[in-house]
Amino acid sequence: MEELNNLMHGFSVALTLPNLGFMVLGITLGILIGVLPGLGGANGIAILLPLTFSMDQTSAIIMLSCIYWGALFGGAITSILFNIPGEPWSVATTFDGFPLAQQGRAGAALTAAFTSSFVGAFFAVLLITFLAPLVAKFALKFGAAEMFAVQMLTFCSFVGMSKEPPAKTLAVMALGFALAAVGMDTVTGTLRMTFGTTELLKGFDFLIAVIGLFGIGEILLTMEEGLAFKGKSAKIQLNVVLQTWKELLRYWKTSIRSVLVGCWMGVTPGGATPASFMAYGLARRGAKDKDSFGKGNVEGVVAPETAAHAAGTSALLPMLTLGIPGSPTAAVLLGGLLIWGLQPGPLLFQEKPDFVWGLIASMYLGNIVGLIVVLTTVPWWAAILRIPFSVIGPIIIVICAIGAYTVHSSIFDVVMMLVFGVFGYLFKKLRYPLAPLVLALVLGDMAESSFRQSMLLSQGSLDIFWANPLVAGLMLLSFVMLLWPIVPALKHYLRGRS
Amino acid sequence: MERSEDAAQAGMSNRWPEILVALFLFAIGIIVVNDSIRVGIGWEEGEGPRAGYFPFYIGCILLISSGWILFGALARFKKAQPQFASWVELKSVMQMLVPLTVYIVAVVYLGIYVSSLVLIAFFMKVHGKFGIVATTLTAVGVPLAAFMLFERWFLVPLPKGPIELMLGF
Repeated sequence: MEELNNLMHGFSVALTLPNLGFMVLGITLGILIGVLPGLGGANGIAILLPLTFSMDQTSAIIMLSCIYWGALFGGAITSILFNIPGEPWSVATTFDGFPLAQQGRAGAALTAAFTSSFVGAFFAVLLITFLAPLVAKFALKFGAAEMFAVQMLTFCSFVGMSKEPPAKTLAVMALGFALAAVGMDTVTGTLRMTFGTTELLKGFDFLIAVIGLFGIGEILLTMEEGLAFKGKSAKIQLNVVLQTWKELLRYWKTSIRSVLVGCWMGVTPGGATPASFMAYGLARRGAKDKDSFGKGNVEGVVAPETAAHAAGTSALLPMLTLGIPGSPTAAVLLGGLLIWGLQPGPLLFQEKPDFVWGLIASMYLGNIVGLIVVLTTVPWWAAILRIPFSVIGPIIIVICAIGAYTVHSSIFDVVMMLVFGVFGYLFKKLRYPLAPLVLALVLGDMAESSFRQSMLLSQGSLDIFWANPLVAGLMLLSFVMLLWPIVPALKHYLRGRS
Repeated sequence: MERSEDAAQAGMSNRWPEILVALFLFAIGIIVVNDSIRVGIGWEEGEGPRAGYFPFYIGCILLISSGWILFGALARFKKAQPQFASWVELKSVMQMLVPLTVYIVAVVYLGIYVSSLVLIAFFMKVHGKFGIVATTLTAVGVPLAAFMLFERWFLVPLPKGPIELMLGF
């Protein structure tokens, strides 16, 4: 029960008055980010990251992770009240959430959504508490080749599991790696792809890419949809909350199923969005009255919200233990850790136990604080959404520009933000996935150095990736994932022949 | 302005955007491979892999995957394509993209405060049809709040231009 002791110690780190204040502040900012179009978890944290540089490390990461929880909660508000998913993972919540709001049961839908989010996140944090130390201990034995194999598996899973065409997933991933390689090579000191310019010397920062791709790109998409907010107003009364909680107990099967789906998709980099759709599909398939789905069934809100939060939270597990983020937002948090000089990975658990367990404890507290904050403040957020886009839009652009500038105090970054924004829009329209691009940009240097270290160890022979059962197994799994999209095509072909 | 149903539906197909983006990625692939060969993709005796060793393969993957996308797009060239966006939608996107681009250029030369003021005022007046008072309050208030928050509270200087210089900042 070493974990419990550590966790208790973590609570003592996280449960100070200033830290609780940062939690509430983080949750509030997070909900705001989640509610506003164009600001989401990933780029919201990217924008706010420079503001935390002057803070204490533990407080800073507690606030940032609370922004993350807040953003997860916030997405549900817009989906249910306005039929506008604030975040991609809350698309599935609109299916039943908005019809419920139209029937005047917005309070019930919101309570169901927030509570399910809480449940999903809670179980994922439990998973992190007990599994993360084990994974970290196991990963301590990893050499460069094993590390590269894990990274390889991460990227191949994107190809195997994403709904987008595999060629496009591969292309954006390679683009991310290529952008990561720009600048000075850390091993030999050679300048790569800078073409004599000083602006490219420091390479492309993924924070800029995130702000552009997710922020500006989303604003352009929002314009295209021609936003007209016609929302339902909402107040949550205590008796509605209690009634809904009683009703939720009946959906325990759906909840468990969704937690499992979410945790699985979060740890492997499937992400919250596919997890929410998958959980919704499973809930409908398992229900007795399939027809009521899509017309305002509370169960249809429970399933995607539980899964999305379980996935969003468990995405932090590989981030903390292996240094491999499971989602773009986790990637931004990873970037924050790196900026503070904390190298996520197995060593972090040994070298900075205060920090790690403080963070894990703050996940528990942050979710409880978050649930209370969202349940009590819903009417205000609904009011913010009624501010016309002609006011909100330009303000969000200004916030993005300031955010991009403050990362390195570089005006060139602001210009790059626009370029990334235009590509974010084009990529979204043409079904290129954005998550692999961001993750490749974050992990590019790490993957390259572990590959080169392996090559140095083996004197240039690729045999090192088959040298022991562990690394060979990981590589084999990677190739299965990489070639997975071919399977349906092959089946189709074989059936055609017979 | 009234639009018929057809006018709202008509738009640009995926054909050219698909081809152009794939060509762009292919071009990046060529740059990456070319530059990797320049810095060396081989093995330095006694030192290990050269700087272009890893990016070279990345460039190759980019060439293959974008080539594959390009090939697919060209093979479908004559067939019916899904719509990229309708003209009406593209017009709304341009209504945002053009001022946004002007804004970014303005930030480079005029600094962030004045440009933001103009951007917010422009959107509120032209698209939102707000009154002078509301527009002025918001357009001046947001940059002012940013100024207080960043320059005063967090001590993070933001880009400033000639006008702020004249005011003595």
